[in-house]
Amino acid sequence: MYNPFTLKEKTIFISGASSGIGKATAIECSKMGAKLCITGRNNERLNNTFSQLEGNNHLQIVADLQTDEGINSVVETLPLLDGIVHSAGIIKTVPFQFSGKEIINDVMGINFYSPAILSQLLLKKKKLKKAASIVFISSVSGVSCSSLGNSVYSASKGAINGLVKGMALDLAPKMIRVNTVNPGMIDTSLFAEGILTQEQLKDDVKHYPLKRYGKPKEVAFMVIFLLSDASSWVTGSTFLIDGGYTLL
Amino acid sequence: MDLKLFVDMFAELFEETEKSKFKPSTKFRDIDEWSSFIGLSVIAMVDEKFNVKMTGGDIRESITIEDLFNIVLKKQ
Repeated sequence: MYNPFTLKEKTIFISGASSGIGKATAIECSKMGAKLCITGRNNERLNNTFSQLEGNNHLQIVADLQTDEGINSVVETLPLLDGIVHSAGIIKTVPFQFSGKEIINDVMGINFYSPAILSQLLLKKKKLKKAASIVFISSVSGVSCSSLGNSVYSASKGAINGLVKGMALDLAPKMIRVNTVNPGMIDTSLFAEGILTQEQLKDDVKHYPLKRYGKPKEVAFMVIFLLSDASSWVTGSTFLIDGGYTLL
Repeated sequence: MDLKLFVDMFAELFEETEKSKFKPSTKFRDIDEWSSFIGLSVIAMVDEKFNVKMTGGDIRESITIEDLFNIVLKKQ
């Protein structure tokens, strides 16, 4: 059957695959025929994702990408890749005047430094095939807008968007494409967990013209497009997926 | 830790409300300027000044400034 979005014969690495967008992306990629290499910090949750992958010959690596040891162990273990999805990320909702060194280092560390260094090391160790695709899960935050208490999170995502433009240029000679997916609020997202009350979430969802938050699967479908050969002429681009949020 | 000092630190988080409006018995949600963003500032201030982790739930369960102070005392 004709399918321009197939990921058959492709080996894809996904960070942050224990939950949320990373988990959904891993599962959907496996349904599209990809061989997955997934990583996350939590053994139990990563294994849960692993057990839901379709097909065989997938790989799981428990690692903390906030540490050099974690990054190095992942780089050494990974096979030759057709794609990378940087989905690991954290949020710390703290008003800017209280966002000191520790918060800035933690959030920039996992959201910006880790995926940047991981990408650089994988290239240095020649673990990316020609015409591979790198996708960063960014956000509407820091690119199109921000939200109360999330200035450092916004900074980390803004940094990703800047990095991707430069990476896309530098890696074009290898035909490696680099793009971002920028979601609005997603169900079971970092934002919602414990920060907002049910009432606040109900109020917030009214800002979405499509009247709901996004699903992790919907972000995964965008990522699949970017990993597939269908997007062979797409690089340095930012893909907004926000239910119309930034229109208002 | 002093209750009066805590009330003063709480008051510093507000920009437009007179200091005289802040007492231990003040119901903080009745202050016009109160918002969930200031709630985030309370959590951050308590973490920074007292090394205590307050949660959104702690704020929701409290009514007066003294209620907040008592939670900080309990968690210290």
